[in-house]
Amino acid sequence: MSSATESIDAILKKKYDAGFITDIEQEYAPPGLNEDIVRFISAKKEEPEWLLEWRLKAYRRWLEMKEPRWAKVSYPEIDYQDICYYAAPKSKDDAPKSLDEVDPELLATYEKLGIPLHEREVLAGVAVDAVFDSVSVTTTFRKKLSEVGVIFMSFSEAVQEHPELIRKYLGSVVPVSDNFFAALNSAVFSDGSVVYIPKGVRCPMELSTYFRINAAKTGQFERTLIVADEGSYVSYLEGCTAPMRDENQLHAAVVELVAHKDAQIKYSTVQNWYPGDENGKGGIFNFVTKRGLCEGERSKISWTQVETGSAITWKYPSCILKGDDSIGEFYSVALSNHRQQADTGTKMIHLGKNTKSTIISKGISAGHGQQTYRGGVKIMRGASNARNYTQCDSLLIGDKCGAHTVPYVDVRNSTSKLEHEATTSRIGEDQLFYCRQRGLAEEDAVSLIVNGFAKEVLKELPMEFAVEAQKLLGVSLEGAVG
Amino acid sequence: MLKIEDLHVEVDGKTILKGITLDIAAGEVHAIMGPNGSGKSTLAYVLAGREGYEVTKGSVTYKGQNLLEMEPEIRAAEGVFLGFQYPVAIPGVSNIYFLKAALNAIRKHRGQDPLDAIDFMKLSKEKAGLVQLPDQLTKRSVNDGFSGGEKKRNEIYQMAMLEPSLAILDETDSGLDIDALKVVAEGVNALRGPERAMLVITHYQRLLDYIVPDVVHVLIDGRIVRTGDKNLAKQLERDGYSEVRDAIQP
Ligand SMILES: Nc1ncnc2c1ncn2[C@@H]1O[C@H](COP(=O)(O)OP(=O)(O)OP(=O)(O)O)[C@@H](O)[C@H]1O
Ligand SMILES: [Mg+2]
Repeated sequence: MSSATESIDAILKKKYDAGFITDIEQEYAPPGLNEDIVRFISAKKEEPEWLLEWRLKAYRRWLEMKEPRWAKVSYPEIDYQDICYYAAPKSKDDAPKSLDEVDPELLATYEKLGIPLHEREVLAGVAVDAVFDSVSVTTTFRKKLSEVGVIFMSFSEAVQEHPELIRKYLGSVVPVSDNFFAALNSAVFSDGSVVYIPKGVRCPMELSTYFRINAAKTGQFERTLIVADEGSYVSYLEGCTAPMRDENQLHAAVVELVAHKDAQIKYSTVQNWYPGDENGKGGIFNFVTKRGLCEGERSKISWTQVETGSAITWKYPSCILKGDDSIGEFYSVALSNHRQQADTGTKMIHLGKNTKSTIISKGISAGHGQQTYRGGVKIMRGASNARNYTQCDSLLIGDKCGAHTVPYVDVRNSTSKLEHEATTSRIGEDQLFYCRQRGLAEEDAVSLIVNGFAKEVLKELPMEFAVEAQKLLGVSLEGAVG
Repeated sequence: MLKIEDLHVEVDGKTILKGITLDIAAGEVHAIMGPNGSGKSTLAYVLAGREGYEVTKGSVTYKGQNLLEMEPEIRAAEGVFLGFQYPVAIPGVSNIYFLKAALNAIRKHRGQDPLDAIDFMKLSKEKAGLVQLPDQLTKRSVNDGFSGGEKKRNEIYQMAMLEPSLAILDETDSGLDIDALKVVAEGVNALRGPERAMLVITHYQRLLDYIVPDVVHVLIDGRIVRTGDKNLAKQLERDGYSEVRDAIQP
């Protein structure tokens, strides 16, 4: 037995005692990845055998795969043996049952992030599933939702309470071997959210999850699964933040959406992972696989994302338009300041007849930031009368940053119609001077111009989050000029 | 109010203004006329604090303070307004949102509370009425797709909203049809008062029929070569600049 396995064995025996690297409230698995770690995670979560097998299969596939390097981002080698794959704020046995039981320190952290859970609960009518590192801390509003049959809970809970749902859909949109990071996630994912909206139900409130990476040297690998049954509707928002740390942290999430006949899923992200400092030290490596399947006729999936954080962003929320007359949308604002690098875009795969997709991408680069839009539109043979509209705008602030556009188009049905527009502009000295002449400070002027540039996308966000996103764009650009 | 003394300005190493001296008292309206490229806009930009205009000599005092030391937004907050010859567009930012941000930034500088949405809209309605700016233009993105005349009208609307102490209007009349010219001139006249000074840059004496200036200056090749009353503008309109130009040849 290797020494790593020995130590895990010891840990498993000693349960929550010594052996764990436990600071005040955190529990970790020792760093490194092997089959025993996968078993450890699965055991921690008391998962059924089939899920453990699923994870192990993913792990074995992952071993055979290579980290993709085709994106226009450069970063140092990631040492996958130097990362912790499990960190929990508390042992599962005494997980909080309600907000009152949540560590006040933790709530204070959320408070700082501008997510006052208590307030949200009462005022905004938003049900929040907060994922702190790897474990879902608390899910509010569960009761109200369950009255209409909506399932909204952490992934681990859903595995226990609705195993048939998980078994049916897990990996159905993003197969374990889809890509390197998806395979890694499938092997080690620790928690996340699950949503199921029953037939004909319009989810009575916005559902929202906040992710936060807190522990040092820890990867976050959460999974989200949203299934909208026939004729249902749901709007879902995820927000992400991480504290400042000097070393890079890995985030590799998987999100799977399934929209059945006449169902609609609106998925919005405001991503503000720590971007690193102005010299590129620290920050989150964000490698995320998000994909939606428009399974049924007339189904619709909209992705809206505001990406201001992370040192590296590698993310292509996509839609598979399988049902006839289904619709896919992608609205994106991505901002790279300082040394941030973002390679992001979408893939629209048209399979069904009369399928439609819209892509609006707004890239903002400042400082030494690098920004690549990478988008693919694929019209398959059966997709008669498919339509795609792509608009891809880049805004440059200063002369050390860069913007790149990489569109891929693959058309196999001649009845389809595609339109593509792209622009690149620079915030002009004349625009800034005009604003300042009217009394606006330079940074406010930049923020105003950027928000104007991003408006088409911001207006797709739910109201309260649009305001948040607007502020975020301003804050992220501090120091971008002058 | 504004005291310019022996002002020399370089752009990209080229001297554009070669010793301007000008004194504008509160309540006065001065007009500046001069051929293309003589430095009129340069003067306006220097007063507003645009980057890239280097003052190599001379001074500008505004309300007793050294104007040249202030950031552009501070000048604005202190009451300097420039109506641009070529107003720029800011796509995606509504005119009204822009102006509210500007007005409240200025109010903050002055220690006043920000105007709330209701008071702001009331003020906006009143001022837009003054220059007959259609309501929908206040809601559209700043100058985005505006016609030439609409842009100029928008400048005057903004000026009316911000109520500056010193308004510099750079060819606000260019591109206006005759009716619009009257409307804009009325808007400007409505703002005339003992507390305000104006510097009106124009090529056409026609504007000065409506905005009657106290003093008219002729700027040629970076120098003020003649100063007179409103009749000087009439004479220029009749004879062109050649006579003045000849008069200054050594
Ligand atoms: N950035 C610059 N670089 C070089 N020359 C410049 C620059 N800006 C202005 N100039 C020059 O300075 C001179 C004065 O320009 P200015 O715009 O002040 O003229 P003007 O009197 O306003 O002309 P018009 O009546 O055509 O508006 C011109 O010769 C112009 O080409
Ligand atoms: Mg000019």
